[in-house]
Amino acid sequence: MAERSFKKEVEQLRIPAGEEFRGEGILAITKALLQAGVGYVGGYQGSPISHLMDVLADANEILEELGVHFETSASEATAAAMLAASVMYPIRGAVTWKSTVGTNVASDALANLASGGVTGGALVIVGEDYGEGSSIMQERSHAFAMKSQMWLLDPRPNLESIVKAVEDGFELSEASNTPVMLQVRIRSCHVHGRFIAKENRRPAFTVKDALAQPQRDTNRIVLPPASFLHEQEKIRARWPAAVQFIRERQLNEFFEGELDDVGLVLQGGLYNGVIRALQLLGLADSFGASRIPLYVMNVTYPVIEDEVLRFCEGKRAVLMLEEGQPDYLEQNLRAILHKAGAATLLSGKDVLPMAGEYTTQAMKDGIEAFLKAQRPATFAPPPQPKPAAVPITFHPKVKDLAGVVPPRPAGFCVGCPERPIFAAMKLVEADKGPHHVSCDIGCHLFSILPPFNLGATTMGYGLGAASSSAFNVKTGKRAISVMGDGGFWHNGLTSGIGNAVFNKNDGVIVIVDNYYSSATGGQDILSSRADNPDRATKNPIENAIRGVGVKWVRTIDRTYDVAKMRDTLEEALTTDTDGPKVIIAQSECMLNKQRRVKPLFNRAVKEGRRVVKERFGVDPDVCTGDHACIRLSGCPSLTVKDSGDPLKDDPVAHVDNGCVGCGNCGEVAEAAVLCPSFYRADIIHNPTAADRFLAKLRGAVIGFLQRRRAARLARYAL
Amino acid sequence: MSDLPLSPDTPIKIALLAMGGQGGGVLADWIVDLAEAAGWWAQTTSVPGVAQRTGATIYYLELMPESAVRAAGRPPVLAMMPTPGDVDLVVAAELMEAGRAMQRGLVTPDRTTLITSTHRSYAVAEKAALGNGVADPNKVLDAGREAAKRLLCFDLQAMADQAGSVISASLFGAIAGAGVLPFAREAFEETIRRGGTGVEASLRAFALGFEASRGAPAAPAPIETARPAPTVPQQVAHPGVQTLLEDVRKRFPPVAHGMLVAGLRRLIDFQDVAYAAEYLALVGAVRELDRRHGGDARGWALTQAVAHRLAVAMSYDDVIRVADLKTRGSRFERVRGEVGAKDDQLVYTTEFMHPRLEEVCGTLPTALGRWLESSPALGGFLRRRLDKGRRVKTGTLAWFLPLYFVAGLRRFRRRTLRHQLETAAIGAWLDRIGRTAPQDYALAVEIAHCRRLVKGYSGTHARSGDRFARLMEAADRLAGRPDAAAVLRGLREAALADEAGVQLERALAAVDDASMSADEREDCVAA
Repeated sequence: MAERSFKKEVEQLRIPAGEEFRGEGILAITKALLQAGVGYVGGYQGSPISHLMDVLADANEILEELGVHFETSASEATAAAMLAASVMYPIRGAVTWKSTVGTNVASDALANLASGGVTGGALVIVGEDYGEGSSIMQERSHAFAMKSQMWLLDPRPNLESIVKAVEDGFELSEASNTPVMLQVRIRSCHVHGRFIAKENRRPAFTVKDALAQPQRDTNRIVLPPASFLHEQEKIRARWPAAVQFIRERQLNEFFEGELDDVGLVLQGGLYNGVIRALQLLGLADSFGASRIPLYVMNVTYPVIEDEVLRFCEGKRAVLMLEEGQPDYLEQNLRAILHKAGAATLLSGKDVLPMAGEYTTQAMKDGIEAFLKAQRPATFAPPPQPKPAAVPITFHPKVKDLAGVVPPRPAGFCVGCPERPIFAAMKLVEADKGPHHVSCDIGCHLFSILPPFNLGATTMGYGLGAASSSAFNVKTGKRAISVMGDGGFWHNGLTSGIGNAVFNKNDGVIVIVDNYYSSATGGQDILSSRADNPDRATKNPIENAIRGVGVKWVRTIDRTYDVAKMRDTLEEALTTDTDGPKVIIAQSECMLNKQRRVKPLFNRAVKEGRRVVKERFGVDPDVCTGDHACIRLSGCPSLTVKDSGDPLKDDPVAHVDNGCVGCGNCGEVAEAAVLCPSFYRADIIHNPTAADRFLAKLRGAVIGFLQRRRAARLARYAL
Repeated sequence: MSDLPLSPDTPIKIALLAMGGQGGGVLADWIVDLAEAAGWWAQTTSVPGVAQRTGATIYYLELMPESAVRAAGRPPVLAMMPTPGDVDLVVAAELMEAGRAMQRGLVTPDRTTLITSTHRSYAVAEKAALGNGVADPNKVLDAGREAAKRLLCFDLQAMADQAGSVISASLFGAIAGAGVLPFAREAFEETIRRGGTGVEASLRAFALGFEASRGAPAAPAPIETARPAPTVPQQVAHPGVQTLLEDVRKRFPPVAHGMLVAGLRRLIDFQDVAYAAEYLALVGAVRELDRRHGGDARGWALTQAVAHRLAVAMSYDDVIRVADLKTRGSRFERVRGEVGAKDDQLVYTTEFMHPRLEEVCGTLPTALGRWLESSPALGGFLRRRLDKGRRVKTGTLAWFLPLYFVAGLRRFRRRTLRHQLETAAIGAWLDRIGRTAPQDYALAVEIAHCRRLVKGYSGTHARSGDRFARLMEAADRLAGRPDAAAVLRGLREAALADEAGVQLERALAAVDDASMSADEREDCVAA
């Protein structure tokens, strides 16, 4: 069960030919896959394509109707290897993942796939996690396309173009026997737009057909001498076939403009931003009409030489707009122009940023600089300075905000079960001094931020334990590694745990088992507890760990028990047992739990059943405003407020209405011996007669005593 | 230049700034639906990523009228991200996010309407401060008045709460009420109805946001952040208390009355009238000292400081105090209110307590407490037995009665070990003030305020006590230096700068380095 349900939206996938589809980019891509007669789909979730996986999972019924096989791959490598089905059989297959990280993982399979080539169209949809909103290292998928010679599509960011790119991609792949990568940027994945739908197509040849008539051809297998043959084939046959297809089908677009002694060459994905930039310079309108000619590369690899030369013909200068680095395209264009002896001047990263996202502002500045240098007449008279001449950010009062507006990085959610794990680690640190902590990818990586400030490195998904492998020496202190359940099943079981067993690593490994792949949107994984009719869940992590030979395993089935968590960590750090010490810390992801439990609770209340709701609070008169509890928690619902007491200058801790009653703050206050300010309130909905009787009895005694004491105070009231 | 006809039509550009979980996506979808239902082209994009997990994020929308699209004869090309200086409407779902929008240059005086909720959702950095780390909200409004064409700000979270809905609904109402989008109120409301979930509550929140926005003043008033002064009554019922009140009026400068009354209230509540009288006597002595050393000309800073800090010091948080506060009827009522319990619901609280041997000994008579603390056998035994958290169910008789009994030990409090320790500490502190005031008035005031550091329970209390002690030693060493007060104030700020005390150690080292020039010293303290 993923974080967001697309059950309603997937009905859009049934839209018949000729009708308009309106929705998110991700959903449009799914529809395009069905229109293209895809036979099987796989992938691994991760922003920005998590929703693509969620949409496909929710669309299982429609996929089955069409005879399309969909599966959630164990990793990107698995997904890439899945495309093997298109090697010998004319089946269209598509896989998707977050890039470049996913492409890194998938590289081995991709390189093998690209070497032997494909018969059925093979499409890799990469969510390019670059620029604002990205959570990974800033690199380009472009390099992968180049090194394995797969074709790379980067369509204009409107649904019509993206949908067309999916269909073109399959055909291009088939025409050139080469896998094709379709790159979609973060915003394109989430863009809301429209396109006219076509009919969904059942795959002409299905995986079932393939199993019925197996085929093989050793020439498609990467083993000498075929592997040498593949390289020649890539250059002699597949590349020319691709170039011919791209040219004939006009996948790249030429837009006329009357200032035709200059021009802009751009990646398709940048198109809307370039048009806006030109518009702000008074050189284009809101409908794509531009005074400057444009060559839009919807295919960014390979570069079509004669198209480039045709565009540059008669131009004094062209500007290449290419996001990210290295500047592969600019170098390529330079080589093309040089070889052809063209006189056209090529500008690019000299006026545009070498690194970083190409925002509208950055492109506007670059284009302006290019035109001022190469065609000064463009701006006579000078353009209307549409955005304020002096940006408001220079106003002293706006500048002052730098000291006021606090940074707000992502962090653990309200009630997150991972918070107490790191609170316990802080307590261990206070007791035993700091340890080297190797982190992993997942929500648990938020431990590196305040208030926890724990963790030294993160080397990739599932590689938390692996990144501690050098610290395998007997000494007074052990390294601690953290790994999530998502990373564990992705590869951590072998790369981390198996490796630690085999190499007799003495370190401590904490596996955060929150029942889902939470950081990517709460998808089910092998050890999820949910009943999932399409997947085999409930496979305990502990079984797998013991299976690879770990002797010291402790499973904590309630992470909120901070004291137990702390004691277990301390035991793991001090025990005499050899080999890796693995702690499996289990509690359900609160985001998912709330979504699961809340409706059940509300229904129970409605039906008049006795249910108890828990939430936490702070007594403001007991709290002294030290905020030590917050420094061990960081829970969004544990906040501060003015006490109203003139004797207290500092705000006191306060639990807001977002509290889900996880108990972490109380447990921390108790385990860290902080203060008695916290309380848990049990709110009994629909109390029984027995409850009410007991409450009355207690109320009579307690109420009497309370009134007595209150009366004393009232006498002295000031 | 050519005469190529470029269409003059441009889209309406909207940026929504929200935090993960605030429903920014819902609001963006509503605006899209609103526009499309009216026949407009609408595009929205976002970069949620990990920001979904409580981080700050931005949604961007562009709306283009269908008539313009027809005139152009082709679909619009809309931008995927806001360009600084090119946004018509900026909506912030939290006050500091409005600040962030301005920092990003999204708000411009010639065209941007800025709608922001004034409520605060504090960032970790603000909450985790050892003292008060809350950012000044008025700085954001000050900037907003300059940066925006129109600034609309209200507590839209409170309106949502009041309506039993979420902030996206009240924000949607505020957008409608501002009249910046060319759609009628009914069209907005229809959009909510089409959404189909929580419609009635959403419409209530929408209406509150709408009205607030429509009736908004041209320039919003500053947010009230000053704390109201404590009230000083004319007459009270109890004659003993009345005597104290008259004493305050007669013997103390008016500027100190509020704090003194607050102090008396706290100490009567903590112990009894006699204890409050002791407090007033102690402050009275300081007032006399203050008068002799020019307090009148200095706004009675010393009297005020001691009136404040002494009341807190004398109402130290012992087991008796905690038991008293936890068992009060007013507290039971407050909890019910805070958790929003309805009349037919029962509420029970569970307290998380972890009393240590120190707390137990502190509550015993002095001699017994000291003996137990230093008895290795029995003390050790008790320490082991005690050293675990207790879940105290205050609403049950089995727990309430013992707690009530402990609270009743108040009448023996003066004989407890803790009281001896606290009284001695207070005496030493007051002596130091008394010694210092004749030589360096400002330093004496700073010494008084250093008591602010002492707070918390158990480990926190011990640590803050240590820091206070370090500062008092430093005060002694500083005595006689012309910049003593300023340096001590710097040390106090350093003591509140971080939990590990790194800054304090650095600042203390700088003070001890006698060879330093005064300027360098200032720099170190500032750093």
